[in-house]
Amino acid sequence: MVERKPILDWISHAVLIIGIAIIALPIWVTFVGSTNTLDDVVSSPMKLSIGDSFLANYSQVLGTGGTAGGSSAPVGRMLVVSLIMALLIAFGKIAISLLSAFAIVYFRFPGKQIVFWMIFITLMLPVEVRISPTYQVVSDLGLLNSYAGLTLPLIASATATFLFRQFFMTIPDELVEASRMDGASPMRFFFDVLLPLSRTSIAALFVIMFIYGWNQYLWPLLVSTEEKYYPIVIGIKQMIAGESQVEWHLMMATAMLAMVPPVLVVVLMQKWFVKGLVDSEK
Amino acid sequence: MEKRVTFSHRWLPWALIAPQMAVVLVFFFWPAGQALYQSLLLEDAFGGNRQFVGLDNFKSLFADPTYWASFHTTAVFSVLVASLGMSIALLLAVCANRVIRLGGVYKTLLIWPYAVAPVVAAVLFVFLFNSTFGILAHWLRLLGVDWNYHLNSGQAMTLVVTAAVWKQISYNFLFFLAGLQSIPKSLIEAASIDGAGPFKRFWTITFPLLTPTTFFLLVVNIVYAFFDTFAIIDAATHGGPGKETSILVYRVYYDGFKAQDLGGSAAQSVVLMALVVLLTFIQFKYVEKKVNY
Repeated sequence: MVERKPILDWISHAVLIIGIAIIALPIWVTFVGSTNTLDDVVSSPMKLSIGDSFLANYSQVLGTGGTAGGSSAPVGRMLVVSLIMALLIAFGKIAISLLSAFAIVYFRFPGKQIVFWMIFITLMLPVEVRISPTYQVVSDLGLLNSYAGLTLPLIASATATFLFRQFFMTIPDELVEASRMDGASPMRFFFDVLLPLSRTSIAALFVIMFIYGWNQYLWPLLVSTEEKYYPIVIGIKQMIAGESQVEWHLMMATAMLAMVPPVLVVVLMQKWFVKGLVDSEK
Repeated sequence: MEKRVTFSHRWLPWALIAPQMAVVLVFFFWPAGQALYQSLLLEDAFGGNRQFVGLDNFKSLFADPTYWASFHTTAVFSVLVASLGMSIALLLAVCANRVIRLGGVYKTLLIWPYAVAPVVAAVLFVFLFNSTFGILAHWLRLLGVDWNYHLNSGQAMTLVVTAAVWKQISYNFLFFLAGLQSIPKSLIEAASIDGAGPFKRFWTITFPLLTPTTFFLLVVNIVYAFFDTFAIIDAATHGGPGKETSILVYRVYYDGFKAQDLGGSAAQSVVLMALVVLLTFIQFKYVEKKVNY
């Protein structure tokens, strides 16, 4: 047995609590900022107690948005755009990669190796690297300011395909044999056997892809030039752009609103989140 | 790897793979090809005149001292982000692995920053470090620091590194914790019986056994610092003051979209692609070794 040293346990608890406090500090200050009036926030140093403007600030940003500075788009609509974008990316990725992983694992066809490597190579290049040519392609296709333009280029990566491929490889061959003997068609096998077995993998991937989609920044910054297609991250960028006249209390309320949905997804789906994170990097 | 039992069908596999191939071809191979081709052209901002110039874009890129300065900035930035983020996360993971009670609570409280968008992280720290009313800036001033990240490049770097590390700690923490939990208890117990204290055990057994995790995280953190921190730089400092926090990926964007130097931006894209391929290659090489060990 390893010796007991209560003192080290206490030190561990202390380190963790201090660590958590430091990590939570920015959120706490942001929350405090979002409940105060602008004057209280920009007084030096800012007021560090919760104010009484919570309702006023949040209803203003949700309904009408900030007024001075850059954008005045209502945050409520930007949240909807973010949600649609994140869901399209998550489900789009899951759907196309389930199908292609199924084809790669369960079929033999000529050119399979080439197809495999063409998908594999996309693992390596984030959209940031091929940014201006991708922008030109999307603009040539007339997809600027559309959900297709916002989401399709971000679906073009192979992480999910590989995750499903890894998972399909672990499914026993006997299941295929049994289905074939019972005369099930490939698609029947896919829907009745493979899909139910993949449920946890799908959930795990959903969490990762939802966060990935929600937090996309550079791509929407280029593709969305109409307010109608601003996701919340772009709204934040617009608000902070007019540095000198930022309405910090509204800014902080918007930041809180932008954080809450993905943080909730991670915290509530923690088990799948951890699984998805660990699996997708294997 | 191949399945022993497969289906055979003439067109179905193609139909299944078609959506992915379409997306990959249109949004990946076409743009990547364009980047390669454009990097060899000299083009004016309106796309009117194009001229084939061979490797001139690369030559002028590498002859440009500001490009090398940007390399240097990126190196400093990513080394700071990777080393700070990983050491803080390792400390927290070791502590969390030690405590049995409340372990799950601590874990939940440590993982959520992963979900925060980089641009939001940037805004939070710009708020905390704001030179007139930011609370951290205020505390720093009480300590005698003349804080103004708009003017002082070291302070601007501190700001972006802090935001980037803050966001990445939870990721590193989860992987270190998983790594620690996979170390067999018997090894630790054996060392303990041989008289090794907790610190000796950590440095001679735990830490060496974590090498694969550490190396993996090193590559991931460098890739993160190179690419995923674009939003932090753009929202917090715009690469400033001057070009002091302008990392490579910010420069690709700036030269391509703000300065309209398409050929130069494409050449930079190609250089970045080569860098990513290199990093991935190193990682795969290492992963193969890890399997044998």
